[in-house]
Amino acid sequence: MKVLLRNPTREIEIDGRRRVHALLTELGLNRESHLVIRNGTLVPGDGELHADDTIEIRPVISGGA
Amino acid sequence: MTAVGSKCRTCRQPAIIDLPRHNANFCAEHFLELCRRQVTKAIEQFDLLERDDKILVAVSGGKDSLAVWDLLIELGYQADGLYVGLGIGEYSDISGQYAQRFADERGLTLITISLRGEYGYDIPTASKATRRVPCSACGLSKRHLFDKAALDGGYTALVTGHNLDDEAAVLLGNTIRWEIDYLARQLPKLEARDGFPKKVKPLVRLTEREMAAWCVVRGIDYLVDECPMAAGNRHLGHKETLNAIEAQSPGTKAAFYLNFLERMAPLLADHHRHDQEALGTCNTCGSPTSGEVCAFCRLVETASAHEPVPVELVTRGRR
Repeated sequence: MKVLLRNPTREIEIDGRRRVHALLTELGLNRESHLVIRNGTLVPGDGELHADDTIEIRPVISGGA
Repeated sequence: MTAVGSKCRTCRQPAIIDLPRHNANFCAEHFLELCRRQVTKAIEQFDLLERDDKILVAVSGGKDSLAVWDLLIELGYQADGLYVGLGIGEYSDISGQYAQRFADERGLTLITISLRGEYGYDIPTASKATRRVPCSACGLSKRHLFDKAALDGGYTALVTGHNLDDEAAVLLGNTIRWEIDYLARQLPKLEARDGFPKKVKPLVRLTEREMAAWCVVRGIDYLVDECPMAAGNRHLGHKETLNAIEAQSPGTKAAFYLNFLERMAPLLADHHRHDQEALGTCNTCGSPTSGEVCAFCRLVETASAHEPVPVELVTRGRR
């Protein structure tokens, strides 16, 4: 699957299918500070991502104090 | 291609989001309902807004400020927006476009102020000229201009998009240093007083992730990229720390901040009242200040006299 990451914006390729939680763990990303979006729709933690999916992993943390 | 497994706690339809702190999953409709309910609860619990308040929302073009504006309009409040152009290079140009597009698409009023156009400086220049960290000059500028715009425009409430993560991270920073003065006024509502409008934070019961999700579900385009000047600041470090704890123990952030409000803030109330006494007025602009000239006017004087500094020169070499 194609995975769009941010800060900095970049795209990576992941082989095979994954559940959302497993993918975040694999990439070392905290589930509390990220959302996974497929075709404009949110995918929950146990949602399955397919090998041919294009997804965005969006960080939700902003730094203004 | 819908999610396998998880179902909405309310209607048992396929879920679109898991919220570990509620030990539940939600479909789009019932997730939005949960957010509306949390904002309504915050408004009632902390007595934030009256139905006839004339509201000014401080809008950055990011998720939280657009979400709180959207939520207040949905809940039937009358609210205009205020955008301050901070002059942080392309980041500010794009954030302003998001804010304006949001307002235009909904027929809402957005007031715009340009630091460079109206005060002769921008945040990178202010940071360089005063040798303050950018977030310090930025916060000072925004607080002053938000207050002034609210009072000048006859608004009865100034709303900011501070969420639970923001408040918990500030609380952690203030607690680590036992900053009693700051702790005493870290409240979701600051009452109006001479020279200050009422300031309220309706999102304090909702997390940053929930607000980003609100925007995705509602189709709100916002600026996802981080401010180039905030990268690596202490506030972000505190958020990461809290999220590491939250991942192990869901609900920690809400317990930390909301229990502070319930159990600790009342003990600091006398300190807060004492802290509010004895402010004079600025000789230059008339705003409340403890000195002869307020911090904002001193910043304007120093920064506007400095030659413009491009954002790249200030972000480079930061931690």
